[in-house]
Amino acid sequence: MFKISKYVLYDILRNKVVIAYTAFLFIVSMSLFQMEENTSKAVLSLLNIVLIVVPLVSLVFSTIHWYNSYEFIELMLTQPISRKKVISSEYTGISSSLVMAFLIGVGVPVLIYNFDSTGMGLLLIGSMLTLVFTSIAFLASVRSKDKARAIGAALLLWFYFALIYDGLVLTVLFAFSDYPMEKVTLLLSSLNPIDLGRIYLMLQMDVSALMGYTGATYKDFFGSSVGLFYTLGIMVIWIVVPLLIAVRSFNKKDL
Amino acid sequence: MIRIENINKRFKKLHALNGINAHFNKGQVISLIGPNGSGKTTLIKSILGLVKPDSGQIFFNNELISEHVEYRKNIGYMPQIGRYPDNMKIGQLFKMIKNIRPEKEWDEELYFRFKLDTIPDKSMKALSGGTRQKVSAALAFLFNPEVLILDEPTAGLDPLSSEVLKDKILAEKEKGKLILITSHVLSDLEDLTTDVMYLQDGKIIFAKTMTELRAETGEEKLGKAIAWMMKHGLQKQEVSYLKIAR
Repeated sequence: MFKISKYVLYDILRNKVVIAYTAFLFIVSMSLFQMEENTSKAVLSLLNIVLIVVPLVSLVFSTIHWYNSYEFIELMLTQPISRKKVISSEYTGISSSLVMAFLIGVGVPVLIYNFDSTGMGLLLIGSMLTLVFTSIAFLASVRSKDKARAIGAALLLWFYFALIYDGLVLTVLFAFSDYPMEKVTLLLSSLNPIDLGRIYLMLQMDVSALMGYTGATYKDFFGSSVGLFYTLGIMVIWIVVPLLIAVRSFNKKDL
Repeated sequence: MIRIENINKRFKKLHALNGINAHFNKGQVISLIGPNGSGKTTLIKSILGLVKPDSGQIFFNNELISEHVEYRKNIGYMPQIGRYPDNMKIGQLFKMIKNIRPEKEWDEELYFRFKLDTIPDKSMKALSGGTRQKVSAALAFLFNPEVLILDEPTAGLDPLSSEVLKDKILAEKEKGKLILITSHVLSDLEDLTTDVMYLQDGKIIFAKTMTELRAETGEEKLGKAIAWMMKHGLQKQEVSYLKIAR
């Protein structure tokens, strides 16, 4: 399997998009840490950028790469290699290159300026989100008939997770503001990996003190190791489930 | 060796394969012929597992092909239109395929006879249709497979290369391999074929050995024999193909 992943990785490194992505993340992180006096404020700004950019790049890049390597995939499938192996090698190649880009672009500045649990949390959430959205992109690519539809689907999914979902949650919260909503909010945030990542990281920071009673109850949960495992567990579900569905529909697809 | 049982495949309204049954054995060279869109390529792709039939089963050496992918190591496939990673070079492509396969002995006769070794740095996207076809052919024969599936092998090749390829197919036939071949150039199939399978609208119209065909039609040449079959045995709609066959 790693033999094929190696070729996928080699192909990705050659087209330089991932290198540009690394450089972009690196420059943004460095300049944020340079501008802010208080490094934890810089981490907060960086978090907001990461939560927008990482899912978008993971979705769009994975989708485009999948379609660009269609010839390669076809060639592999005329060899004695199973479809499951081909798609998982593709996933390993793409996701590892994107995670590496993130860990270099954001990781190095964080290690230099803000090497503490919040910084590590940011790196963890960013890497997990990369894996989650690469997995979702695979599902969108395999299920779509052509490249244009797949990219359209990827973009719509990004809009949904990054923008629309928050609006829906706010509407729900306003409509039911008379009721205790702590548990429901936790459930709702688990249905969107971006939200979950944001809440988890915000509660690692000092800003959570400003969030009142709800913030305090959440801090008890997310501040403990149970919260960490809960977040990781939900993220893993978000990685595995779309990928499994993608593998299953790829197994049935005609080439 | 390959057994096909009642395969059906629909692409929306088009019934690409309609209840195909067939049995191919070692030493046979089967010519799949029929008009464009008659289901030849779909049948080939079903055998390779690239197209998943809606119903029916395909066995390779009595094992269901949907269960394992290992059977594909015994098949050399030359596609109708070879599509390869654009940013790879010819040399890299061959190196990669050799690398991912466990076999350590290669049949590189075509690679050298097509002089692909002189252009290893040529990028795949810059290749002409004919050179692409040569790459496909060289890849299909590379692992000395028991079964060769050739989808319009000579289309786009210059006469010289076409002869080289035909010699190679003949040599493999002598070794007793099973060869499935589709072509619209019936004269190319003339010296090779032992069996003829005629497909139309996803159905087998007839499947006969060359001896049977010759005896039945009284014609020596494949082209004429097919033409005779079409004139006498088939309905009017096939007349257009008859002209091409001549």
